[in-house]
Amino acid sequence: MSIALGAVTIPPGNALRILLGRLPWLELSGNWPAYFETILLDLRLPHTILVALTGMALAGSGASFQGLFRNPLADPYLIGIASGAGLGAIVVMSVPQVGRFLIPVGAFLGGLITILAVYRLAKVGRMVPLTTLILAGVAIGSFASALTSFLMMISDEMILQAMNFLLGGSTVTGWEPLVIALPYFAVGLVLLILGGHSLNVLQFGEEQAQQLGLNVERVKLFIIISASLTTAAAVSFSGVIGFVGLVVPHIVRLIWGGDYRKLIPLSILGGGITLLLSDIVARTVMAPGYLPVGIVTSLIGAPFFLWILRRAKKEVFW
Amino acid sequence: MNQSNNPPVIQIKSLSAKYGEVTALKDINLNVYKGEIVGLIGPNGAGKTTLIKVLSGVKDCSEGEVLINQKSINSLSPSQRAMALAVVPQARQLGGAFSVEQAVLLGRTAYLGFLGKPASEDLLKAAWAMEQAGVDDLADRKLAEISGGEQQRVLLARALAQDTPALLLDEPTNHLDLRYQVNLLKLIKELVKKEGLSVLMAMHDLNQVSGIADRVLLLADGKEKALGSPKEVLTPENIRNTYQTEIETYTHPKTNKHMIFPAE
Repeated sequence: MSIALGAVTIPPGNALRILLGRLPWLELSGNWPAYFETILLDLRLPHTILVALTGMALAGSGASFQGLFRNPLADPYLIGIASGAGLGAIVVMSVPQVGRFLIPVGAFLGGLITILAVYRLAKVGRMVPLTTLILAGVAIGSFASALTSFLMMISDEMILQAMNFLLGGSTVTGWEPLVIALPYFAVGLVLLILGGHSLNVLQFGEEQAQQLGLNVERVKLFIIISASLTTAAAVSFSGVIGFVGLVVPHIVRLIWGGDYRKLIPLSILGGGITLLLSDIVARTVMAPGYLPVGIVTSLIGAPFFLWILRRAKKEVFW
Repeated sequence: MNQSNNPPVIQIKSLSAKYGEVTALKDINLNVYKGEIVGLIGPNGAGKTTLIKVLSGVKDCSEGEVLINQKSINSLSPSQRAMALAVVPQARQLGGAFSVEQAVLLGRTAYLGFLGKPASEDLLKAAWAMEQAGVDDLADRKLAEISGGEQQRVLLARALAQDTPALLLDEPTNHLDLRYQVNLLKLIKELVKKEGLSVLMAMHDLNQVSGIADRVLLLADGKEKALGSPKEVLTPENIRNTYQTEIETYTHPKTNKHMIFPAE
């Protein structure tokens, strides 16, 4: 569906036949305009895959961060990665004669540098207290956001492009960036899933987790690295998309419970689906223009979540 | 008891610990032997909880050494430590979304791989622990849905699932009503007898300590004030010096236990 709909609507039947026709053992042909194939294979398909990966990354790392901080308000951006990535992207935009293709690079570096700085600042001796981590993240995050706003203010022509990034308009098209992004997503997502059991133990607090035999500091580092890697990849290529990483894990938790070995893979799945659906809406409601998908996720997602929250009569889900 | 035959299971040697510049524990020495219950008492802020934290490796000591089965806890990895020594914390609302069985299985963390997939041995041990602590019929209930007394027994079951020679309990009868207090202490006493555990248990109620402990360590201001049998430690003089309270003592006519009551 995602590949069929958009500014140019390709009948889903045709879309499917075009896709299947690419399989070497199938001989399918039909009478559709040649540009259908171009749009579908060179634009829509990589876009769709990137959107799905982004949703998966955000919801997966959101679930991990919620588990790490044992806080339902945690989202992938809690410790400043989005602000850092935003700043990185806007720094690249503000340098004249630099290609758009460098925006993801700037965003990725910005995000990772921010996380490194936050982690180093939060470190007390050989421990990283989680409260210090959050506070350092919030402080560095607002510093980066302020710099971002400043850079946007002083250059008029950049504002629209920058806003688009900050609201989750994707920065790239085509196969090439996807191939570059894929390893980061893949490694990050696998690591997130592997961390499930450790997060379960951490739900009893760091002290008890350590008494149960968990190497708490190592686990914290592991979760922060894997969640930051996935989030940085998502933000760099798709901009800052809110809501998915916060709420998809909650919906999964409401329905399937709080076991992180299930919660993380199911959140990843749910995040992919949620963002694909939001992206279809974003590309169709104002066709031939499009909305940044971040606006759609919050506009539709927030009421939907409230509805789920009221319906689920379970008192204990967190 | 068997102090001459066997080396101590828990051995605390001139242990000191600090919070910043403030001394929390000063020169503590204690041996806990197999099959022995040592009660840990003292007024609030005496260092009971700090001692449990240092013993379980959650807090570093500034001086001295702790040996479990003659191995320094600093030489043990977190999982090796959790196989040597289990802690029963005070019941708090943590991990409420987990079922009793899931929570008890987490006691096997040190034995499980990184992915936490339990082997049949782990499931058997968890089932045994739940049965011992009397929570086997609650297996599928969520922790948030059961009472404080039941939660405390779940935490005991989780510690038993760790399958350790040494057990530390931090005021396990706090917040429990009388029935659960009596049940829990009886259960601990039976387990020590049956499994030959070595137990160090911080407690508030001095008569409960006297009823269950073989020996008592009295702390105040982070220092040892007295160590010995309940009768040797729970004297009017010791209690006056540490709790600033006057007590009188008597021997319980039925149990022959050393008992105290406030004199004022």
